Parts: sequence; structure tokens; C-alpha cells
Amino acid sequence: MRVYGRDLPARIMVGTALYDSPVVMAAAIRAARPGAITVSLRREGAQGAASGARFWGQVQEICRDTGAAVLPNTAGCHSAKEAVATAQMAREVFEVDWIKLEVIADPDTLQPDPFGLVEAARILCADGFKVLPYCTEDLAVGEKLLQAGCEVLMPWGAPIGSARGLNNVYGLRMMRARFPDTVLIVDAGLGVPSHAAQAMELGFDGVLLNTAIAKSGNPEMMARAFSAAVEAGRLAFEAGPMPVRDMAAPSTPMAGLAFRWEG
Amino acid sequence: MRVILNGKPRETEAASLAGLLAEFLQAIGAPADARVATALNGEFAPKGLRASLKLNDGDRIEIVAPMQGG
Repeated sequence: MRVYGRDLPARIMVGTALYDSPVVMAAAIRAARPGAITVSLRREGAQGAASGARFWGQVQEICRDTGAAVLPNTAGCHSAKEAVATAQMAREVFEVDWIKLEVIADPDTLQPDPFGLVEAARILCADGFKVLPYCTEDLAVGEKLLQAGCEVLMPWGAPIGSARGLNNVYGLRMMRARFPDTVLIVDAGLGVPSHAAQAMELGFDGVLLNTAIAKSGNPEMMARAFSAAVEAGRLAFEAGPMPVRDMAAPSTPMAGLAFRWEG
Repeated sequence: MRVILNGKPRETEAASLAGLLAEFLQAIGAPADARVATALNGEFAPKGLRASLKLNDGDRIEIVAPMQGG
């Protein structure tokens, strides 16, 4: 998958949060063989001195080994101003100009704030950032984000961490049809690998997930499962699924069937 | 001088953002060259400007570091 001129080694992107330990995290991420790995920023000292440095070293090692890109986020930001400042801090800390732009409107659904999102995207794109906005399947907002300079859209499948899968398949299908040449990545709400496969079968270019792997019973195994599902779904999309029918159609040829009168 | 550092009130003698950062990193036992970014009163404060950014009473400072994210 080519994103902002960079060929990523895979169509699955994974987060680094919510794992029971750094060892479990590293094993799961390596098993996912991702194209990008998301990271974040938090107040220094909140989890003990230098814990951030240790984490960052671990991510850098995984990225070196796998070719995955680092994708910092602005998770938790509730205004364009907060998101812009966070993106700027992330660019300095992680030394990358990619940003997964999140501007959150609602604390319960973690639904994106479309107004703040577009405003922040405009500012950041003009400042040289390569913005990957976490949005909904709203076509008007998608259009505004592209006008702001985004080359990628990342609509939710369902609310973050909900494991509900693709809540609005019709809307996502419309989005794919409306923006045929834009990189579209389903971000958030996936629970099981079939959700990821479904997104890929719809023609989405990739998926981004975290909780479904980190909070599974066996993150390393689930990461492998998601990776396989993304690959399977993409192959199916490229192969071209057969049309849906209402009535049965026999797969075994009827001609020459025994016990039938052929007079 | 009283500032708000990472959401908490803090007394400091530091005159600049660079001074406050050095003071803070030493206090929590982090290395002086820790990989962090800073913001002053809600605006990004680039590394290269920290020494020239003077602090005032009531300033709000954020010092952030890499962290897990989704």
C-alpha cells in the first residue's frame, strides 16, 4: 500500500496500547507484520521516568526489523488547537511528519469532531504534515478533508474499542465509491478478523486496529489472525467476488445426471 | 514563581522554559537529554526556542514523552 509516497510493507496498521506488558506488545506487533505502528505522547513522568524512552526504543527496533512506518496520533485531543500542538510536539519527538489526526467530539462514543478535524487538518497540511484523519463515513467531511490537503481518509468502523465491526456497511461502500482514488483505511471498532476481511472485501486499502489484538486472549495469535484476514480480504477484492443471487444455482452440472429421463 | 506544569501547580526559580525542563527532568530522575517535547500556554514550544522562552507567573507548561497509542 502506498501512503503519501511511501510503500508500506502491509495493509494492516496496529496500535501499541493496552498490552499487558512490553514483551507481549512486541510479540503481537511482530506477528501482525504491520505496515505502520501507532504511538502517542503523554506527560513525562506519568508512568515513571524514562519509560517513554524505553518504549520508543522498542518501537524503533520493531520498525527497523519490519519496515513499518511510525504513525503518531493526537488521541485524546478535543479541539483543533490541542491537536495541532500535539502534532507539532509529536513531529519533534518522533521525527516523522505523519500524524494520525484525532479530534474527539464525544467522550462516550469517541466520535470525531468534524469541524475541529477539518480545521486542524488545514493547519497541519499547510505546515507540511502528512495527515491521516480519523473521521466518520460522512462524505461531505471526507471531501473537506481532501480539500484541506489530506491524501488519506480513515473512517471508523464503529466506536473505538467497541469491537462492533462495520456499523454502516452502506456508508462505507458509498465512501469507497465516492473516493475511488483516495487511500481509505478503516480505523477503529474492529473486534474479530472477519471484520477486517469485510472492510478489505469492500475495497478499503487497509485497516487500523489496536484493542481487538491487545485485549484478546492471545494477542500474538490474534495478530496473526488479523494479518491473514487482511490479506485474504484484499485478495478477494482483487479477485472480484461473484454476484449475489436470491435463488439457488447448482454448482454441480445437471447435464448427464443419472436417474433422469432424457427422452 | 508559580507555574502549572503538566497540570499541577509548581514553584520554580527557573527563568526560561529550558531551565524549568532541566529542573523537572532532574527531579524525576530522567536524563537531561530525555526525548521530550514542550508546549507553553497551549502552543508548541520547539526545542530550539526553549532557552529564549521566558516564564511568567501562571504559565501553563506541558512536557510530554513517547507513549503507547492506538
